[in-house]
Amino acid sequence: MATAAPTPTPRLTAPAPRGACPFAPPPAYQQAHREEPISRISLWDGSTVWLVTRHQDVRAVLGDARFSADAVNPGFPFLSAGARELASGKPTFIRMDDPEHARLRRMLTGDFMIKKVEALRPEIQRIAEELLDKMIAGGSSADLVRDFALPLPSLVICLLLGVPYEEHDFFQECSRVLLRRDADPAQVRAAQDSLVDYLAKLTESKRTAPDDGILSRLVARGELTAEEIGSMGRLLLVAGHETTANMTALSVLALLRNPEQLERLREHPELIGGAVEELLRYLTIVHSGLARVATEDVTLGGVELRAGDGVILMLNTANRDEQEFPGGDDLDVSRDARRHLAFGFGVHQCLGQPLARLELQIALSTILRRLPGLRLAASFEELRFRNEMLIYGVHELPVAW
Amino acid sequence: MLVHIDQDKCCGAGHCVLAAPEVFDQRDEDGIVVLLDARPPAELQQAVREAADVCPAAAIRLEMV
Ligand code: SF4
Repeated sequence: MATAAPTPTPRLTAPAPRGACPFAPPPAYQQAHREEPISRISLWDGSTVWLVTRHQDVRAVLGDARFSADAVNPGFPFLSAGARELASGKPTFIRMDDPEHARLRRMLTGDFMIKKVEALRPEIQRIAEELLDKMIAGGSSADLVRDFALPLPSLVICLLLGVPYEEHDFFQECSRVLLRRDADPAQVRAAQDSLVDYLAKLTESKRTAPDDGILSRLVARGELTAEEIGSMGRLLLVAGHETTANMTALSVLALLRNPEQLERLREHPELIGGAVEELLRYLTIVHSGLARVATEDVTLGGVELRAGDGVILMLNTANRDEQEFPGGDDLDVSRDARRHLAFGFGVHQCLGQPLARLELQIALSTILRRLPGLRLAASFEELRFRNEMLIYGVHELPVAW
Repeated sequence: MLVHIDQDKCCGAGHCVLAAPEVFDQRDEDGIVVLLDARPPAELQQAVREAADVCPAAAIRLEMV
């Protein structure tokens, strides 16, 4: 029998505050990554879990079926009270393990495969140009989040799902509540319910008036109830607009703060594909990590974890791991960053990543091309970073051109 | 090099197609991986190794023959 490692006492808490550089992971996690890459940490609810910070370990856990994403497993770590509240309701496939996870996910993989997504390019490009036309016509400064970064992916995901974009105030407000780390659990539940209700009703209406959106296609399969389609739609709607919106705005900010990289990208627009991967790595907007629970005893990086141990996987420290990305604290648009973990890894890896990639490539290259004089219209120190949200970014990005 | 794919494992993220489009494709209906060339020529083998490495579902197995 293996002897159990002495259980170290928790010395870190989650979430930890960011340091001087708002793009870098919290200094406490970077220190853990250097000194004790698999360490103990205490969560908001007083529970103690493992914090996993190295690229190789994060990748190993996410690729290992002995770690479950299903929150019904005892010991599953919740990153907020709201997250725990949601897990007590009806889960979507991101909180399931295979084979159930695979069965449901496969109903959507066809919609996000590379060929399908690539066919959307002209439409997404048109949307990007139109948003910028409007923004530029409005004067010489704007909030890039409100006028471009948020509407672009929202319009696209509405189009794909078959959701009327006119409802965007409603669903953007709901997702703001869902993504707040400090939201009241009752509010989180209410936001979740009203979003699923709305989508379930919309789904019902597609029975008599089908279109070629994803909701209609799920109806046509005949395997799910309107409520199940509503929950799946909720997942796609929230994930589809918040993530890309924040990546777009934060990427523009990161480039403005690294003018030599920005110039490089302007001079070599063909670098955009790799630049997007590098920005995903450097910024890692899923900044509070991913949660899993061990369902068996597992030895990870020389440390023994027990069945029932909760694990928080820090994607942001993993994506700055010097072993994997030498000089990882620097943004370098010509780096080969393809092994980054910003979309997660393993069977749960982001379903929408081909779409996210395409949207980011179009959004950034169109901004750079159309706004050659782009600059920040506020002081960097005044910007409000989304520390309290599950998805990192800036609340507003005032720019001028 | 002999390439094996496991369609049951594949989660359809499409990295293989990005890394080595000459060797991997995705099925039209559901985005599941399709093998175009089980014995890729030498010049493609590095890309195939990368595809196997980035595949999040470990659905690609390489056999050195
Ligand atoms: S990379 Fe792996 S999971 Fe993704 S489509 Fe290819 S085989 Fe499937």
